[in-house]
Amino acid sequence: MKKIYILLAFFAPFWLCAQDEQDLLSLLGEEKTTNYATASFKTNRVINGHSIENTAGGVLDFKISHRFTPLRQGIYDIFGLDGANIRFGFDYGITNRLMVGVGRSNKEKIYDGFAKYKILRQCSGKKNIPVTVSYLVDSQIKSVAFSDKQRDNKFSSRVYYTHQLLVGRKFSERLSLQLMPTLLHRNLTTTPDDKNDVVAIGAAGRVKLTKRIAFNAEYYYVPEGQIATAYNNALSVGVDIETGGHVFQLHFTNTRDMTYKGFITETDESWFFKNSEGRLLSGLCFGFNVSRVFTIKKPKGLE
Amino acid sequence: MKKQISVILVCIAIAATVSAQNFFTRDGKVKFDATSPSSPEKIEALSKTGSCVIDAATGKMQWAVLVKGFQFEKALMEEHFNENYMESSKFPKATFSGQITNLQEVLLGKDGTYNAVVTGKMTVHGITKDITANGALTVAGGTIKLNAGFSLLLSDYGVDIPSLVSDKIAKEAKILIDATLAPLK
Repeated sequence: MKKIYILLAFFAPFWLCAQDEQDLLSLLGEEKTTNYATASFKTNRVINGHSIENTAGGVLDFKISHRFTPLRQGIYDIFGLDGANIRFGFDYGITNRLMVGVGRSNKEKIYDGFAKYKILRQCSGKKNIPVTVSYLVDSQIKSVAFSDKQRDNKFSSRVYYTHQLLVGRKFSERLSLQLMPTLLHRNLTTTPDDKNDVVAIGAAGRVKLTKRIAFNAEYYYVPEGQIATAYNNALSVGVDIETGGHVFQLHFTNTRDMTYKGFITETDESWFFKNSEGRLLSGLCFGFNVSRVFTIKKPKGLE
Repeated sequence: MKKQISVILVCIAIAATVSAQNFFTRDGKVKFDATSPSSPEKIEALSKTGSCVIDAATGKMQWAVLVKGFQFEKALMEEHFNENYMESSKFPKATFSGQITNLQEVLLGKDGTYNAVVTGKMTVHGITKDITANGALTVAGGTIKLNAGFSLLLSDYGVDIPSLVSDKIAKEAKILIDATLAPLK
């Protein structure tokens, strides 16, 4: 019996050493880190509206967007390319979680400005949060001349506000989905029957097709009884194509607006409709966003 | 009986101290450089959270680096590195497990600077390859400082470079190691 103990005692060091040799790193203990979900969408916009992604801190994102007139006129106006609504804008990441941006659209000569903050970031590991939640506040100022100059026109009549909560999740490398409850305030409406406050809900998703190409879809639903004039819900689908420093977003949509108040409350085309003669027509328009990023402030601590 | 148990315990304790001749770091610097002469911008990243353990008795060395821990100057480049090249959500870690092969020349118990040759298995992007690297190993005041540089052929590790940018990214990534290991208690 004694011999066995001595034998055991003799071999114990080897046995312990052998264990160490197998995985030295395990001696450091399981170091749990928080793994944040990144790149749920290729850019900070899905198509017309925002995505849960932000421009990184210190990075400037220059965007040029076009929405052409409906394809239905065919070759006569080269499938809508003859007429374009244009928006260009600059987005800047103040931190990785807070970004701001400004833009200008030719339709109604609208200036827009926004701030977006990531309240929660989807992560797993040490910390576990199932979704990313962002808050967006955006205002749009219509600078086109007032149609009736005799009237007592106020500056406030030009202003529109949007508040949006973006709740999204990257379900897998391929699939990301988000919901966007939205409140839009119009200081001045077209008719007295229009509500100043319009509530809408958006849904959007992206399916990554290859490493550099993704399919996106975005839909905004406006419950009835809020807008007096004829309108349609905006549905847009498209692809994101990523090259080195650019992201090209090419899409088909029934809205020609790139501002919140435009695509939520003023979309007048629909994907398919019958005209008075009963012919099936389409209000689809082609459009694109091009995004180019510039690193303005380099991150610290890289030697 | 009690005596025998205590003998075993003492032996285990001795064994523990013997095997405690391990050195470690959690903040080793690992630099990655895939800049090619025709790159329009430098393709460089730094991780300051490389983990390494060396067993002084056997000369075994292990490394683990989180791929997402590499910081680039350009956020977009960092995103592409993770999303398109390293696929870091699928392969979160790069690891190395090997051995100082010239341990008779590298005296880990004695202050001095030695040229160490390390051979082992490198796992990057889910693919394991044998590699050998030379580096300077400095023992000073109970710590071990490692400085090494070596190259990894990206295609060896299944890192695809699209033909469109193939001349803008080096075929071989240079890896520089700078770490100071302290005794592991």
